[in-house]
Amino acid sequence: MKRVQFEHSPIPYLFVAPQLLIIAIFFLWPAGQAVYQSFLLEDAFGLSSQFVWFRNYADTIFNDSWLQAAWFTAIFSTLVTLLSLGLALLLAVKANEVIRGASTYKTLLMWAYAIAPPVAGLMGNLMFNPLIGDMYHFMNSFGYDFDHKLHEVDAGFVVILISVWKQVSVNFIFFLSGLQGIPKSVTEAATMDCKSPTRRFWTITFPLLAPTTFFLMVTNITYAFFETFGIIDTTTQGAPGGATTTLVYKVFQDGFRGADIGGSSAQSVVLMLVVLVLTVIQFRFIERKVHY
Amino acid sequence: MNRHTVITHFILIIGAMFMTLPVWVAFMTSTHAPETILREGLQFWPGGHFLETYNEVLFEPGGVMKKVTALGMMKNSLILGIGFSVGKVIISMFAAYAIVYFRFRMANFLFWIIFMTLLLPLEVRIIPSYKVVADLGLLDTHTGLIVPLIASATGTFFFRQFFRSVPDEILEAARLDGASTWSFFIDILVPLSKTMIAAILIIMFVVGWNQYLWPLIMTTKEENYTLVIGIKQIYQVLNEGGELPQFQKAFALTILATLPPVLVVLVFQKWFVKGLVESEK
Repeated sequence: MKRVQFEHSPIPYLFVAPQLLIIAIFFLWPAGQAVYQSFLLEDAFGLSSQFVWFRNYADTIFNDSWLQAAWFTAIFSTLVTLLSLGLALLLAVKANEVIRGASTYKTLLMWAYAIAPPVAGLMGNLMFNPLIGDMYHFMNSFGYDFDHKLHEVDAGFVVILISVWKQVSVNFIFFLSGLQGIPKSVTEAATMDCKSPTRRFWTITFPLLAPTTFFLMVTNITYAFFETFGIIDTTTQGAPGGATTTLVYKVFQDGFRGADIGGSSAQSVVLMLVVLVLTVIQFRFIERKVHY
Repeated sequence: MNRHTVITHFILIIGAMFMTLPVWVAFMTSTHAPETILREGLQFWPGGHFLETYNEVLFEPGGVMKKVTALGMMKNSLILGIGFSVGKVIISMFAAYAIVYFRFRMANFLFWIIFMTLLLPLEVRIIPSYKVVADLGLLDTHTGLIVPLIASATGTFFFRQFFRSVPDEILEAARLDGASTWSFFIDILVPLSKTMIAAILIIMFVVGWNQYLWPLIMTTKEENYTLVIGIKQIYQVLNEGGELPQFQKAFALTILATLPPVLVVLVFQKWFVKGLVESEK
């Protein structure tokens, strides 16, 4: 709060009005609708609807295809988060060490941030295209019968590879800025006390990066849940047999392609709870600014 | 150079190749003839069909209805990118100004309402949002495309944080000089926030240009496609109809969709990093 402020007047309401109007019309109202519709069952023509309590939840969530999607989302987001964080951390530490060519490396490693997930997905799709894609032949050259159109694991591999590729650059930027925020005096003192760079990293640098890592973990999980929609939609579209369908992709498929409004709304409400949990975790920890 | 430095450079070079090679290959392949691509696969060096392919993609109508060119889609993407970023900056500066500089009863409550947008990403309210925009008659319009996306909790927090760091003496002095609430905002706060504004504009332009799900569901006419959603539809058409698959065009489209945001990031790299790191805190 400012010590000095303007006095009571209707002016502040005018300034917040545009934002609030948009939030009311395009956020709160639709979200309320989603919750409301998750309790309704519409007939085939959308003419009448009936209040059915939690039946939509029971029907969609205790359903094999939803459980399959939930399972895939869990594996997918864990792998994407760990791989892209690990890779980005390695690269950031190395980019922070070098002197010659530092800014070139930095640029080359972060520029992919600007590429949209669906564009990355399409590029990847073309690279894995059996007609022309070298990646497809490369995978097959090991004598393993690679086919991401047919095999579930291979499809998962393609989606994870592209998702990790897309996310490395953001993580890299945050790790690098975290590393550069560590005072020179600390690193110098550490160098005097400990010869081994590996030990120095795990005992000094990594703990100091903990807040950044934690923040990135939450944003990466959010990314894997939501923003990978564009990648999945331009590569596997959830195939084969729903093996690469994430929970978000399923909401879209059931709601738009399947026109199952009640079921799709129930899934949306479940996702709202997921976001709520992620946000609460993020803010509780960030406010404490933990150093483990 | 000692061994450690060599390994460090080796890792960085591998990493840089991993991040750049796919796009390089996409660009190089786009400059070859379709026959070459089909016969030899992906290409690593430039071919002779750069002008031909890009000319066709940019100016000759494609897609299912043969109504859309890459140039037209670029225009739509540009409108979305600029509208998205400018809209977000204006709206969040306004809200932050009200919350920081005015004493009013609802301030805290309103702050929490804005915070709630973080809990409601588009993906969890997608069908009802579509319905609202359809009921308002805003499908296939720029307003319907941009306005629902510009509410911004992160932007508001960012400017709130910055306004709080502006010394109180500035407002006291301005008030002694008889500045109105509006002129204080426009003549003093906006110029003070110049670098912040630039950083957020750059980040948000990239984010806006790259929007996918929302444009995908709310544009139905081909002439309203943005590049990011258009290339997928065109890619599907390019592969149909028993003719030679036009892979070079598909690659050219992905390159065109990538180019503007990449240029923005490269040219304004410093501001971009600042905006990204600071606005997420």
